[in-house]
Amino acid sequence: MPKITFIQHDGEEIVHEAENGLSVMNIAVDNLVSGIDADCGGECNCATCHVYVDEKWTKTVGQPHDNEEAIMSLNPDRKPTSRLSCQIKITDELDGLVVHLPEFQF
Amino acid sequence: MSEVTEEATTSLNDPIEARTSMMGIDPYDIPLEDYDVSQRDLYRSNTSWGFFERLRKEDPVHYCKDSEFGPYWSITKFDDISDIDGNHEIFSSEPVISIADPIQDFKTPMFIAMDEPAHGNQRRTVQGTVAPRNLANMEDLIRERAGTILDSLPVGETFDWVEKVSIELTTLMLATLFDFPLEERSKLTYWSDVATAVPGPDSIISSFAERSRILSQECAPAFLKLWKEREGNDEPRFDLISMLARSEETKDMASERPMEFIGNLILLIVGGNDTTRNSITGSVLFLNENPNEYEKLTANPELINTMVPEVIRYQTPLAHMRRTAKEDFTFRGKNIKKGDKVVMWYISGNRDSDAIEEAHRFIIDRDKPRHHLSFGFGIHRCMGNRLAEMQLRVLWEEILKRFKKVEVMGEPERTYSNLIKGYATLPVRVHPI
Repeated sequence: MPKITFIQHDGEEIVHEAENGLSVMNIAVDNLVSGIDADCGGECNCATCHVYVDEKWTKTVGQPHDNEEAIMSLNPDRKPTSRLSCQIKITDELDGLVVHLPEFQF
Repeated sequence: MSEVTEEATTSLNDPIEARTSMMGIDPYDIPLEDYDVSQRDLYRSNTSWGFFERLRKEDPVHYCKDSEFGPYWSITKFDDISDIDGNHEIFSSEPVISIADPIQDFKTPMFIAMDEPAHGNQRRTVQGTVAPRNLANMEDLIRERAGTILDSLPVGETFDWVEKVSIELTTLMLATLFDFPLEERSKLTYWSDVATAVPGPDSIISSFAERSRILSQECAPAFLKLWKEREGNDEPRFDLISMLARSEETKDMASERPMEFIGNLILLIVGGNDTTRNSITGSVLFLNENPNEYEKLTANPELINTMVPEVIRYQTPLAHMRRTAKEDFTFRGKNIKKGDKVVMWYISGNRDSDAIEEAHRFIIDRDKPRHHLSFGFGIHRCMGNRLAEMQLRVLWEEILKRFKKVEVMGEPERTYSNLIKGYATLPVRVHPI
C-alpha cells in the first residue's frame, strides 16, 4: 500500500497508508487529519481540501485541471504547488507522497 | 444575501389573482405541471416541504411555465444542485442570483452576481478578511460581545429572541468586520433591511426610489468617508473597508465605479446579516423542537462543533440561488434553453435523503455535518462560511455557561420570502443555571 505523509502547518508529520483508487482527501478524512474538511465530499466543488504538494512530487502528481484551477484561483494563498486533494487519485506511483497542509484551512 | 436588484412586480396584463395558491393544498392533490414552489406563502406558512419531496421523487428537474417571476426550472436533488452550481460556464450568475428579475434603474453590481474574471478578482480582495487566521483575531471580541448581550437578557419574562439576540449579535459582528463606529451600528442593519425590502404599506420603504435614495445618499457617503480615512493609512488594518481601499483590484472602485462600490458593500452587509441572524434563531427553535438533542448538547457541550453545521443545513438561510443558462443544455433529459432561469432549491437539496441520511431530522452529532448545500458549491460558494460557524459556536458556548435552557414560548413568525428563509420573531424565556 502506498504511504502518504501529511505535514501540518506547525511542522507535525502524519503518515498514513493509502488504498489505490481513493483520493488523498479520502485518506485524510478517514484518518481525521485536521485541516482537511472536504465539505463537498470530493466533488471539486468547495476547496476545503486544499494542499501544497511537496516540490519533489509536483511532477508526478501533475497539474490541476480546469475546474480545479477555477475554484483554487479564488484563494489569495494559492501557490504554484497547490492542488485540491480530492482530485489526487492514489496509485502505486504516489508511494511516499508528501503534502503540506495550509495554515488558512485550520 | 440580497434581493437588492431584483424584486419583480406583476404587470397589469398578468394579474397575480389568476394563479392558484398552493398553500393548504395536499402536494398529491395537484398535478406536477401546476407546481410553483416560488410562492412566498409556502415559506411564511412553512408548508413547502411536501411539494419538494414529491418533486425530488417524481420530477427532480421541474419546469414551471408560469409564476409571479415568469417561467423557471427547479433543481431539487442534492447532486443535481451541486452539478449546476459547479458548472459556472453554462449557468451564469449574471444578471442576478435570485428568481426575481431586476426592474428598477438602480442597478448595483456586486461580485456574487458576476461571472469570471471580474468575480474572482474582486472576491480575492476581500476573502482574506474572513479567512480562518483572521477570524482567530476576532474571536475574543465576538465572545466578549456575545457575553454582554446574554448578560443583559431579561430573566423571568418572555421576550423576542430575534430582536434581543440574533439581530444584536449579527449587527455587532458587522460593525467589527467593517470597523464601523459602534454607536452607529444600527445603521448597518437598517441599510441591510432597506436593501432587501420590498415597498409596501408595512414595509420600511414606500418605493424603490426611496430605497435608492437611502442607499446612495446615506449608506454610500458613510462608507466613502471611512474609505477616505483609511486608504492612505500605512499601518496594516484588517477590516473590509481598509482591505478594499488598499487593494490594486479595487482601490479605484469608490471614485470610478460608485455603483459597484455600493453594490459590494451592500453584498457584504446583507451577506453577513440575514443569514447568520436566521441561523441563530433557528438553532434555538430546532433544539426546542427536538428536546432529546437539547439534552445531548447540555450533557456534552463539545457537540456544539457538529451542531453548528447541522443548524446551518437544517435552517438553509437562503432557500435558493438562481442561475441563467448561457446556452441550450440538456440536463437529466430536460432541455434547458438559452436564457432560461434555473433555480437551485438549496432548501430541497438539504432534505434529500439520497445524499444525507435521515435528512428530515435535526441530529446534532451526525457524521459529516458539513455535507450540505447552505453555502452553495463552486466558485460562488459562501466566503463567510467559517465566520458564520464561528459566531454560532461562540454564542452557544456562552449560552451554555449561563442558561439551563432557552425555552421557546410560542410559534415563530416566518419571513415572507422565497429567498431569505428566516424569522421575524421568536418568543422565548431564559432559565439561568
